[in-house]
Amino acid sequence: MDSNLNFIYGHLPYWLFIILMLSGLFIVVSRGNLIKKIVGLNIFQTSVFMFYISIGKMKGGTAPILLDKSDNNSAVIYSNPLPHVLILTAIVVGIATTALGLALIIKIREEYDSVEEDDIQKMDQKDLKKYNKKNVLETNS
Amino acid sequence: MALTLKHLFAVIMLSGAFSLVSAMLFVVMDAVDVAFTEAAVGAGVSTVLMLATMALTVRVQKETKRPILFPLVVVCLVGVLLIYGTLDMPNFGAFDSPAQLHLGSTYLSITYKDMGIPNVVTGILASYRGYDTLGETVVVLTAGLGVILLLSGLKGRKDKE
Amino acid sequence: MKHHLILKVITKFMVGVIVLFGLYVQFHGDYSPGGGFQAGVIIAAAFILYGIVMGLENVQKVMPIWFAQKAAAVGVLVYALTGVFSIIVGFEFLNYHAISPEHPKHGQHYGIILVELGVGITVTFVMIAIYYGFAGRTPRLDDKEW
Repeated sequence: MDSNLNFIYGHLPYWLFIILMLSGLFIVVSRGNLIKKIVGLNIFQTSVFMFYISIGKMKGGTAPILLDKSDNNSAVIYSNPLPHVLILTAIVVGIATTALGLALIIKIREEYDSVEEDDIQKMDQKDLKKYNKKNVLETNS
Repeated sequence: MALTLKHLFAVIMLSGAFSLVSAMLFVVMDAVDVAFTEAAVGAGVSTVLMLATMALTVRVQKETKRPILFPLVVVCLVGVLLIYGTLDMPNFGAFDSPAQLHLGSTYLSITYKDMGIPNVVTGILASYRGYDTLGETVVVLTAGLGVILLLSGLKGRKDKE
Repeated sequence: MKHHLILKVITKFMVGVIVLFGLYVQFHGDYSPGGGFQAGVIIAAAFILYGIVMGLENVQKVMPIWFAQKAAAVGVLVYALTGVFSIIVGFEFLNYHAISPEHPKHGQHYGIILVELGVGITVTFVMIAIYYGFAGRTPRLDDKEW
């Protein structure tokens, strides 16, 4: 019984991050507004970062900045620095790609006059029909 | 909240607040460098960019009649699979997890000997994994070039006509 | 934002402090949390703040568009040339021992500072260029519209 409780406590953080990640995914899949999709993608991204960092956390550890410089096997416990490095760069790349996505949204707005996915798909289908009709006419004549 | 709100201004502000809170969570999990970056990037620059996009596009989300059931089923399925995947993982904060045993502790013990700087994260970032960081810098530059090309004054189809 | 006197005064005071803090984060990154990525975003945030409050024309007098766009590439160049330098001296690519072969520890330290400088320059100017891209298109808004 005690080990079960221990297991649940030990895994609860992971599950919380997964639930947060799923809420981001749900926003991306179910909402039509493109800006909202980007916000959902940001939530998704940040929760993946949290999950990654949580793998490197050590109980009773501290930030990986060495306190005692003379010898390194002292009593201080440091958390794993490797996930920190990977996520640090990922955050900055994430903002750069988010900016690219927002720039694409602005171009889409200029082209379609809308940022709702449903409207954009409707217009695309209309264009496709027009194009097909024109092609059929040309091949017939 | 981001699901039901119609005003995008509130959504964007809430996403900035979310970034700030997640930065605090990173501090709790000992990742001070990551928290620093997240606070500067997520709560600062990304909020500004999203607000600029909102000012250029729309303020209020339109009412959608999208089906809600199918996305919900897909998301739940993904969630169950992911949680099933975590069952094999070691406990949160465990000392003997595979992630702690190999590279992380090696870096902690050799960084000061090799380069004499106490911040291990900087040491790994700039020296041991210098190739990675060079690549990431190029990715940032490329994304910036993409934004410059997309937004540098070429007008859309509507304006030409 | 014509009548926001308090914002303007505070901004003039804050921009310098933010840039100073950014430089501290940049060059003290070996000893405390920080480094090129964070410093770049902080310094860019100072320019963005100035641009928001004082208007885009004023910030572009200080930091022209062409300068931001070209300087972004210079950062990557600094980074890559550090690696090329170590090849020329006879070490592997990005092996900082090349900078001072008799003191490998010092070489590593100098190498890290150079590389972080490259990262910082790129991130700063990419963020500023992205901001210019977005803000250059935004129509002037009245305060009521927000």
